[in-house]
Amino acid sequence: MIRFLKYTWFQVGSFGLLLALVPLVVTNRYYLNVMIFIGIHTLLVVGLNLLMGYAGQISLGHAAFFGLGAYTSGVLTATYKLSPWPAMVIAVVLTVAVALLVGVPALKLTGYYLAMATLGFGIIVYICFKELVWLTGGPSGLVGIPKLSIGTVVLDEPRTYYYLVWAITLGAIVLSLNIVDSRVGRALRAIHDSEPAARASGIYTARLKIWVFVVSAIYASVAGSLYAHFITFISPSSFDFMFSIKLVTMVVVGGMASIWGAVFGAATLTVLPEVLAVFHDFDIVIFGLILMVVMIFMPQGLTRGALDLWEKYRLQRDVAGGSLSGG
Amino acid sequence: MMVEEMNAPLLKADNLSKSFGGIHAVRQVSFEVPTGQIKGIIGPNGAGKTTLFNLITGFYAADAGAIYFNGRTLDGLVPHQVAERGVARTFQNVELFDRMTVLENVMVGRHPKSRAGFISAAFRLSHARREENNIINKATEILNFIGLSERAASPSTSLPFGLQRVLEIGRALATDPLLLLLDEPASGLNAGETRELGRLICRIRDSGITVVLVEHDMSLTMEVCDQILVMDYGRTLAEGSPRDIQQDPEVIAAYLGDEPLA
Repeated sequence: MIRFLKYTWFQVGSFGLLLALVPLVVTNRYYLNVMIFIGIHTLLVVGLNLLMGYAGQISLGHAAFFGLGAYTSGVLTATYKLSPWPAMVIAVVLTVAVALLVGVPALKLTGYYLAMATLGFGIIVYICFKELVWLTGGPSGLVGIPKLSIGTVVLDEPRTYYYLVWAITLGAIVLSLNIVDSRVGRALRAIHDSEPAARASGIYTARLKIWVFVVSAIYASVAGSLYAHFITFISPSSFDFMFSIKLVTMVVVGGMASIWGAVFGAATLTVLPEVLAVFHDFDIVIFGLILMVVMIFMPQGLTRGALDLWEKYRLQRDVAGGSLSGG
Repeated sequence: MMVEEMNAPLLKADNLSKSFGGIHAVRQVSFEVPTGQIKGIIGPNGAGKTTLFNLITGFYAADAGAIYFNGRTLDGLVPHQVAERGVARTFQNVELFDRMTVLENVMVGRHPKSRAGFISAAFRLSHARREENNIINKATEILNFIGLSERAASPSTSLPFGLQRVLEIGRALATDPLLLLLDEPASGLNAGETRELGRLICRIRDSGITVVLVEHDMSLTMEVCDQILVMDYGRTLAEGSPRDIQQDPEVIAAYLGDEPLA
């Protein structure tokens, strides 16, 4: 067990070191911006993965929590001139309240029904962002969101913001790794594998599902606040149904029930649209294709799928080699 | 008090009834399970045996009647609360956690005896770490007891079916139950595995845990059970010692056929 702990800390440490070194090498603002988006998406996907990958509860409305974080931070700072950090905390509190309100009835549902309920929730929140013009600025968006600052230092450079986003995201990764490897994490996986057996083992599955829903909503809310203060302008289209689907794709591509897979999934699907920019509006088609291909050929996700393929290849090579030397 | 009193009932079902639509799965069934005994419940498919387990463990709510466990009613409790009271169970179709190791499966069984939540887990607070160590120790102890310690790190799906059944019993034992409900533990096992299982069940009883066993396999039931309840069409047909049951003319006629039991 202690060896395993050290192993985890080694992973986190080397990943953190790598992240810390990136801005020293990469000075191009565009690349740094992409890296910041990867960080924000990773935060979202790590949270969603706790809900989907571990507890096995699907959410097709996660963009709504991302949007709640972004809009609460945006409105409180741009319109009401509150300073960003308290606004971020208020955003989290509000998101928790909404998650409880939605989660308590919705998580009584399973499978397709839960998917439909969260889908509906996502659409309702999106419409609110669009129609509450007096509050959110409506479809034309909300402008004038200030940059974040720590003390008197304003984080208006991509490099400084990069460090902030990744520090928070790395912290969230550590917390998630700890949760997953604990009594609570086992209980979450138990719900996924057999809910009756989980209940018979004394797990209050209904309450645990609500808690993991709330935790993943908190991750999304913080990601939303970071997003709002980064681009300083938000509009409803960033929080629509398509973004929820994109998040689910990131979880699936990275691999269900894998924290590092979530990082990989977020990175791949954040970089991909930039690379696929030549396809314009067809990038969503490509997303759909990737999702289909991964689900059919690598239902464990790309990371695990690639490992399995490698194992298979090695096994075949060994078998082939063995038969050669034997024959 | 209860423990000192010889053969005080640990579990008591009083006039239990449950129907699904027009089907009366369990009809006015009453029985008692004395502390420290192994009670068998037999009957053909559809006799209401599994329904009875689901009523006791809170998966179903009874239409009528009451269940008393350890002197208190289980009425209105949901499964995790029943587990916390000290009733553990296995499932007819082996419900293991397939994506976990053998050890982790048993560790999940410690859930009702531990408390760490999201916060203490996320920040690895000292009491959560201590608790985690206790969980590992207890689970290891149980793997020793059921003879699976050498497979601790294997995925649970890698075990042969017979050992998966044993592992499921181990997970149930991890909750420190007073009462263990086994739903057809011998189904799918060969004769050797069934004998092995019978010995395990007796060792569990000897460790102070009361056992209720739903079973088709006559050899196991007749060998290990102190008392047997025979059900048919949701009703109690007969109740008594294995010897009485084997000789009960009503049981022989209605359920076992004309041939006497071996």
